[in-house]
Amino acid sequence: MITIKKKKTAPGLKHAVEQLCHVDLSVCFQCKKCSSGCAVAKLTKIRPSEVMRRLHLDAGRELLESDLIWTCASCGTCSARCPMGIDVAAVMDALRQLAMARGASTPAGNVPLFNRAFLKTVATFGRTYELGMVAAYKLGTGKLMADTEKFPTMLKKGKLALLPPRGADRKTVGRIFKHAQQHQGPQA
Amino acid sequence: MRYAYFPGCSAESTARDMHQSTLAVARALNLELVEPKGWTCCGATAGHQTDPFLAVSLPAANLAKVQDMKLDMVVNCAACFNRMKVANHEIAADAAVRKQVGAALDRDYDGSVKVRHLLEVLLDDVGTKALARAAKSSLAGLKVACYYGCLLVRPPNILKFDDPENPTCLDRLVTALGGQSLEWPGKVECCGGGLSLSRTDVVVNLSESILDMAVQAGADCIAVSCPMCQVNLDLRQQDINKQTGKNYQIPIIYITQLIGLCLGVGPDELGFEKLMVPASRVLEKVTANPHE
Repeated sequence: MITIKKKKTAPGLKHAVEQLCHVDLSVCFQCKKCSSGCAVAKLTKIRPSEVMRRLHLDAGRELLESDLIWTCASCGTCSARCPMGIDVAAVMDALRQLAMARGASTPAGNVPLFNRAFLKTVATFGRTYELGMVAAYKLGTGKLMADTEKFPTMLKKGKLALLPPRGADRKTVGRIFKHAQQHQGPQA
Repeated sequence: MRYAYFPGCSAESTARDMHQSTLAVARALNLELVEPKGWTCCGATAGHQTDPFLAVSLPAANLAKVQDMKLDMVVNCAACFNRMKVANHEIAADAAVRKQVGAALDRDYDGSVKVRHLLEVLLDDVGTKALARAAKSSLAGLKVACYYGCLLVRPPNILKFDDPENPTCLDRLVTALGGQSLEWPGKVECCGGGLSLSRTDVVVNLSESILDMAVQAGADCIAVSCPMCQVNLDLRQQDINKQTGKNYQIPIIYITQLIGLCLGVGPDELGFEKLMVPASRVLEKVTANPHE
């Protein structure tokens, strides 16, 4: 059973989500196939079908701070199995984009910081620079020692490049990121 | 046969073995792979989780380059393959997206470049019969759990790659080379993907259940075709053992490494020494097996 409090904490998200991912939320009839197939539902407090129902009822900011959206691994099983063809994974993307734009807090881990560190190296070098990305991410989380025991072996095996990537068309990538900044991603 | 080959960023770091073995297999089978000059990142998971515009335009920058080469794009990284195909689909389906992407790229791109996974090239252009004929040793006696993960098969309506719930392309390649591909329930389960650093807890949990299913099925190794699956199952195996008290020692091998081995390419050239869980027993078995 889903209990929904009457008092809303912020303007509803339904319209913003539909605008971002072009999904018709109203066709969901709560068959719960998305939740049954969800790889991470065993680890989270709320499940994809509940996200869909809450959105249907025009949930607010509390949904942006739910644990599912930053535990979801974007595996796409929910979308693939939805009998109504709803792209549930795209709804999750939209919720993440809104959570970042509206500065919602992240209940577990730090996926937004990781994503920013990842895209920063792409914007700078045109390709992912894993060592740079890991450094930026670690500085952000403050957990400097996590996984460092693996680095010597990975470097030795050539599984981690010491130097940033070269040869990428940085000009085009720079233009793409500039355009992305101009339209400022999802409107808050 | 000539193709535009998109290596993807991990080819230069964590998946150098995937890249090396791809090139070696292509050489052995007379497939000419040409890298698009100045190729750039597809945006991966971080791209589509952050901004729908980045998610489409970062792959499109590469697709546009390949359009000028007048070749099909071949990708071996499942994540890049996925992003390329999704971007193509969105650009072709929505004129507004095409216009927005065109403005950022400073050129029009219509979403029409044909994107193919290397597995499709191996099965459709080379074929299992020709592959078996070219083989110098065989996978006989090797029990392989073929693991596809998410990004090769989902979203099925856009990727149109194999059966989304029970794919068989890796199994067909393993069988063609004399190996025993196992029936097991983990084929399209998720390993945790891009959460390896940011939510290691999730990756450990999901990847452990995949290792468990493969071991229960009696697998000697797991064959993969995605650099994220490989890293999560291989590099994280010691974390999984530490955190669960189990003692998994199952090699996670790229399908191109297994194929290369059968084609007579040396293990070093295929990057076998880069695997964290050593594949020595698999190597011994295969190299001792002349193909009939």
